[in-house]
Amino acid sequence: MSTLSYTAPSTIDEAVRVLADSNGGAKILSGGTDLLVQLRSGRIKPAMIVDVKRIPGLIGIREENGGFVIGAATPCVLLTEHQALRAAWPGVVEAAGLIGSVQVKGRATLAGNLCNASPAADSVPALIAARATCVVAGPRGRREVPAEAITTGPGQTSLARGELVVEFRLPRRPPRSGDAYLRFIPRTEMDIAVVGAGVSVTLDAGGICMDARVVLGAVAPTAVLVPEAAAALVGHRLEAETLQRLDAAARRACKPITDKRGTIEYRTQVAGVLARRAAAIAFARAGER
Amino acid sequence: MSKHHVSTTINGEPAEFLCETQQTLLDVLRDELQLTGSKEGCSSGDCGACSVILDGRLVCSCLMLAVEAEGRKIETIEGLAQGDTLHPVQKHFLEAAALQCGFCTPGLLVAAKALLDRNPNPTETEARYWLAGNLCRCTGYDKVIRAVMGAAAEIRGE
Repeated sequence: MSTLSYTAPSTIDEAVRVLADSNGGAKILSGGTDLLVQLRSGRIKPAMIVDVKRIPGLIGIREENGGFVIGAATPCVLLTEHQALRAAWPGVVEAAGLIGSVQVKGRATLAGNLCNASPAADSVPALIAARATCVVAGPRGRREVPAEAITTGPGQTSLARGELVVEFRLPRRPPRSGDAYLRFIPRTEMDIAVVGAGVSVTLDAGGICMDARVVLGAVAPTAVLVPEAAAALVGHRLEAETLQRLDAAARRACKPITDKRGTIEYRTQVAGVLARRAAAIAFARAGER
Repeated sequence: MSKHHVSTTINGEPAEFLCETQQTLLDVLRDELQLTGSKEGCSSGDCGACSVILDGRLVCSCLMLAVEAEGRKIETIEGLAQGDTLHPVQKHFLEAAALQCGFCTPGLLVAAKALLDRNPNPTETEARYWLAGNLCRCTGYDKVIRAVMGAAAEIRGE
C-alpha cells in the first residue's frame, strides 16, 4: 500500500500551509505533464501531492492595467485561444503553443514549465523576454520576482519551502512593440528544443529599436538573458550589420552541453541564427502596430 | 492509507470509484472500471494511445491522476458509438482501412473526434498537427488523415 497522499487545497493560504508543513516531501501538481512522468519513473518519491488547480484564480487569464495576469495553473491551450493575449504577446503565446501535443497543451502550464526547470523549457525564454514577473506566495506573504529569478539550474529553483508561483504578470505593451519565440528541433512537432530564442523589442516611429530583450534557451543550465545581444539592437534599425552584432553577442552568451540533440558548436551557431530570425519577426510585428 | 472516493461522469453516466493517489486515470479506466478501450502505450504522454476528452479538452489519461477526475466529465472511446451507430470517425477509419494493429486506433479516434467537435472543417495540415500527439508505428498516417478528412466532410453534410 502506498503512502502517497493527495490534497487539493481551495485557497492559496491553505496550499502554502500544507507545503510548509510537509517538510519538503510535498510536490505541487499543476498540469502534471512532467510530474506524473517523474513519479512513475521513480525519479521523485514525494510523500504528498498538492493539486493547486482547485484554487480559484489559479486557472484563467485576465487583463489588468493594460497588461495580463495569467494564473499559474492555466493550461497552455487557454493561452493559445486568448485573442487579446495573442495580439499583445504573440511570442509568449507561440512559445506556449510549442509545448508538446494537443493533449499535453490541454494540461501543461506556465508555472510547471518554469518550475520543472528544464534548460530547454519553451515558454521560459519568451516569458523572460517579455519581462514577465511571477507572484510567489509563501509563509511570509507574497513577493513579485522577475521570471528569470526562479530557475537556478536544471531541476532547481529559488523557491523556498512553502512557496509556490501563483500567477504571471505581463506588463502593458508600449506602441510599436513586438515579440517572437523560435525553437529549433529536427522536425516540426513533438520534440525538445535544441535551441530556443525569445526576442522582444519596442521601436520608435522611425523604426529604430528603443528597447530590446534577447533570451536564449537550451544553451546553458538555465535560460539566459543576454543584455549584450539586446544592446546590439538598441539604437539601430533591422539592418544586416545590426543582425551580425546580435548573432555574435548571442553566440558569446552560450554555454551549452553536447548531447544527443546537438553539439556545443552546433547549438552555439544555431543560437545566433535563431536570435537573428526571432529579432526579424519581433521587429516586423512591432512595425505593424 | 485509505483510498480516495471519486465521483465523476464518464460518457454521460455518473461513475464512482476508489483509487490510490498514484493511480492514473488510465489505470482506473482500465483496471477498476474495465473500460479497456483506452490503451497504455508509453505512460509518458508521448504516444496518445490513452487519449480521452476531459471537460471538452483532449488529454492523455496517463498524465492525469484518477483522483483529479472528481467532478469532471470524461469521454472515452467507449462513448463514441451510439448503440450500433458508429461515430463518423469510426465509420471512416473502417472504410479507409486506417489501421493495422489497432493499438493506436482508440486514441486516434478520440483525438479526431475532439478535433471535429471543435472544427468540422480542418485543413489537412491542421488535422496532421492536431494528431501529432498520436503515434502509429504501423505507419498508417496517410489513411488516418484521409479517414479524418472524410469524417469531417460527412459531419459537414457533404
